[in-house]
Amino acid sequence: MKLIYEKSSPGRKGVRPPESDVFAKIEIPSALMRKKPAELPEVSELDVVRHFTELSRRNFGVDTNFYPLGSCTMKYNPKMCEQAAKMEGFAALHPLLPQLRLGGMLTQGALQILHDCAALLCEITGMAEFTMQPMAGAHGELTGIMLIAAYHNSRGSKKTKVIVPDSAHGTNPASAAIAGYSVVTVKSNSRGVMDLEEFEKTLDDETAAVMLTSPNTLGLFNADLQRIVELARSKDALMYYDGANLNAILGRCRPGDMGFDVVHLNLHKTFATPHGGGGPGAGPVGVSEKLIPFLPISRVVKRSDGTFALDYDHPQSIGYIAPFYGNFGVILKAYAYILALGREGLVRVSETAVLNANYLMSKLKDAYELPYDRTCKHEFVLSASKQMKNGVRALDIAKALIDRGFHPPTVYFPLIVKESIMIEPTETESKETLDAFAEAMLEVARVADENPEALRAAPSTTPVSRLDEVKAVKKADFAYIPNA
Amino acid sequence: MPYIPHTEEDLNEMLEAVGASSLDDLFADIPASLSPRSFDLPKGKPEHEVLRTLRGLAAKNATQLVNFVGGGFYDHFIPAAVDPIVSRSEFYTAYTPYQPETSQGTLQAIYEYQTAICRLVEMDVSNASLYDGGTALYEASMMAVRATGRKKIIVDQGVSPIYRVMLESYTSNLGLQFEQIPISGGVTDRKKIKDALGSDIAAVIVQNPNFFGCVDDFSDVSKMAKEAGAMVICSVYPLSLGLIKPPGAMGADIVTGEGQSLGLPLSFGGPYLGFMAARADNARRMPGRIVGATEDTQGRRGFVLTLQTREQHIRREKATSNICSNEALCALSALVYMCLLGKGGLQQVARVCAEKAAYTRKRLSQIPGVNIKYPAPTFNEFAVELPRDAGTVIGDLIEKGFAAGFPLGRYYEGMERSMLVAVTEKRTKEEIGRLAEALEEVLS
Repeated sequence: MKLIYEKSSPGRKGVRPPESDVFAKIEIPSALMRKKPAELPEVSELDVVRHFTELSRRNFGVDTNFYPLGSCTMKYNPKMCEQAAKMEGFAALHPLLPQLRLGGMLTQGALQILHDCAALLCEITGMAEFTMQPMAGAHGELTGIMLIAAYHNSRGSKKTKVIVPDSAHGTNPASAAIAGYSVVTVKSNSRGVMDLEEFEKTLDDETAAVMLTSPNTLGLFNADLQRIVELARSKDALMYYDGANLNAILGRCRPGDMGFDVVHLNLHKTFATPHGGGGPGAGPVGVSEKLIPFLPISRVVKRSDGTFALDYDHPQSIGYIAPFYGNFGVILKAYAYILALGREGLVRVSETAVLNANYLMSKLKDAYELPYDRTCKHEFVLSASKQMKNGVRALDIAKALIDRGFHPPTVYFPLIVKESIMIEPTETESKETLDAFAEAMLEVARVADENPEALRAAPSTTPVSRLDEVKAVKKADFAYIPNA
Repeated sequence: MPYIPHTEEDLNEMLEAVGASSLDDLFADIPASLSPRSFDLPKGKPEHEVLRTLRGLAAKNATQLVNFVGGGFYDHFIPAAVDPIVSRSEFYTAYTPYQPETSQGTLQAIYEYQTAICRLVEMDVSNASLYDGGTALYEASMMAVRATGRKKIIVDQGVSPIYRVMLESYTSNLGLQFEQIPISGGVTDRKKIKDALGSDIAAVIVQNPNFFGCVDDFSDVSKMAKEAGAMVICSVYPLSLGLIKPPGAMGADIVTGEGQSLGLPLSFGGPYLGFMAARADNARRMPGRIVGATEDTQGRRGFVLTLQTREQHIRREKATSNICSNEALCALSALVYMCLLGKGGLQQVARVCAEKAAYTRKRLSQIPGVNIKYPAPTFNEFAVELPRDAGTVIGDLIEKGFAAGFPLGRYYEGMERSMLVAVTEKRTKEEIGRLAEALEEVLS
């Protein structure tokens, strides 16, 4: 398909923008002006609409296909939340209005949402306070580690390392490293959770924090949690909870009660805001009492008269990690979602997500290897090792599923399982959809046995077949240059 | 239960299939000692009630004020076609495009976005976007630190104070040092920059137009920096580039900025769009996603996420950044906006902004006691000096229906009487006239 630039015709115009109704001379010297306009496309409005409509049809989304992408929680995004974020009273609200005199009073509705959403997240996680500023999950991780660093620094203790299990998301070690820590990896044991013995050996006075995801990326709950927390405490290391998988445990346990000091949540996972093809998300961070002084500013507070205001007076704060209050439009959608579901609904979310995962697992575990055969939480990890005997890789299975109308599961993550296939169905999928997907997976397994060659050509139903990633690196073509 | 399709019958069949007698069975691995101490949340509500609650809250926000507040975030016209396109759920319900065959829509759009950004700022390579203009500036600083092996950065105080405090926050544990250079006459002080430059400087950060709306040409700063072996990072207001000289033509090494002005609503501070572009030789030092063109097995053009060996899911703690998303949907909005306006339209919007701002600047300067703060040329925002505290004046003007400007004293000591006024193409001659009258009345 052509690029929009290849559809451009000199002189063609799109939208008619506002015109000038004043007589005024622009007093910018010509030396400071642009010599020739940027080569943006010259296309009609219909050209643009048709181009992007065509592009959209070259995508799989949750609304078009089952999307069991492990670890990503591709659940249905309620339309009601989209409508809420588009309300003029939110969409047109300038972030600096609270700074004007009478300021906080000009944005009471928005401040209340930030305040109330944080309060709801506190109750859901058992944390003492939340900042809504982080603009993505990884951004929340970085904020959390910065808070941990500020805490240790305030006590004059120079700790240098952060412990991360090998089953963690790549963002965990990257976030810790970018905040200035060295990263120590601890292996998982045969039960698929962090090896307690090796952890004890690694943990020392230099340890600033331990980052855990529970259930972890294998979808398994770590029964040693309490012991890990106690051990960390004994070395004055803080406990970090990666909330990427909170959707498995709503109403069943809370990071705060388990003794975690920091938790980040991905609103675009557990709380159903759309992933947007890779953002925008939101990654609010909750903390225990002792980290409250270090939270970013500004903070929203409720005054005794019931009004809301921004509070900047926190000398130990790590400062600003977003220009304002976080991805407000995303927070708003998550807030609407929590209001709609309520206590009972959120509990049911986790119950159903876990049931759906176990149901699929039970259907697939004979045809595919299941390295950790125990009750899973919201997701589970298979291995294509049986199929590998015929030369069929996890990647081939993923591509074959595309031809059968399903978005593939996550493949090759977590790294600790060879040829891994990580499946997260989410609670919004019906039994019929799960049955159809299981049927497709079983059929692919049969083809892998009988005619493995047939899978290596997949996908054949998509606008392009498998793409040459090596060539992409070699070509280094990141922007269109005509006749290049 | 909304959004959960299971019937009682489904639940029973599924429980039986997994060999569990109840849903509680599935959570038996969570020790009883970990049961929540509380889970006291309100009861769920029908969507009609939720939306009614939110409409009530939306009404408590003063979006009816006529807006002259900018500060890097602007009330621009958004073409009607932007929303229906980015609201296509094939775009917004998709994940990061790891499976290229099912994501050519998103991938091609990002490639087209990267192209548009490169053309707008006149650089070679753009990434797929970052969270916002502030985090983009921080990531650019880290790029310069990695590229030069130096740990000190010069920051012009004309750079957004919002971004400058973000830079300090992010790097407080990293041993970086920022040297802030005060402005002179509203623009960058060349002499002070020259004096501060040395063999320990990784980069000089400037902004165009700067926080006071003043337009500059940093070619001379680039030259000085180059001689000292430092990089130049320029943060820009992308819409202004419809009219003013692009940073690529000034010798900048890295260009960043906030893309909100390109078709994104103000939305009380986010989601926004951080963009970043650089010279080709710095491509591999960039953080975040980058989309590249390639071919499929049949020789057809297609697009993939590329140079992934820089990224956290491969490199873990050795990655160039921990970022693992971009603001894909916001980048799509910006792309669609730039396509709808096109080559001539972006130029026209920038020109109309500048004309209306010039008109407002002149009109306000005629009010007794009001002076234009800096003589330097401005794009669509400028500072005025008032005869009394700007915060109080702005408060009085709110009563008259205007968000008249931003009180600079909030960020700059000694500027208590200064107000920053932004004028977009959406403001009319009539609104500008009423603002001037109201200001005159308030001051008299």
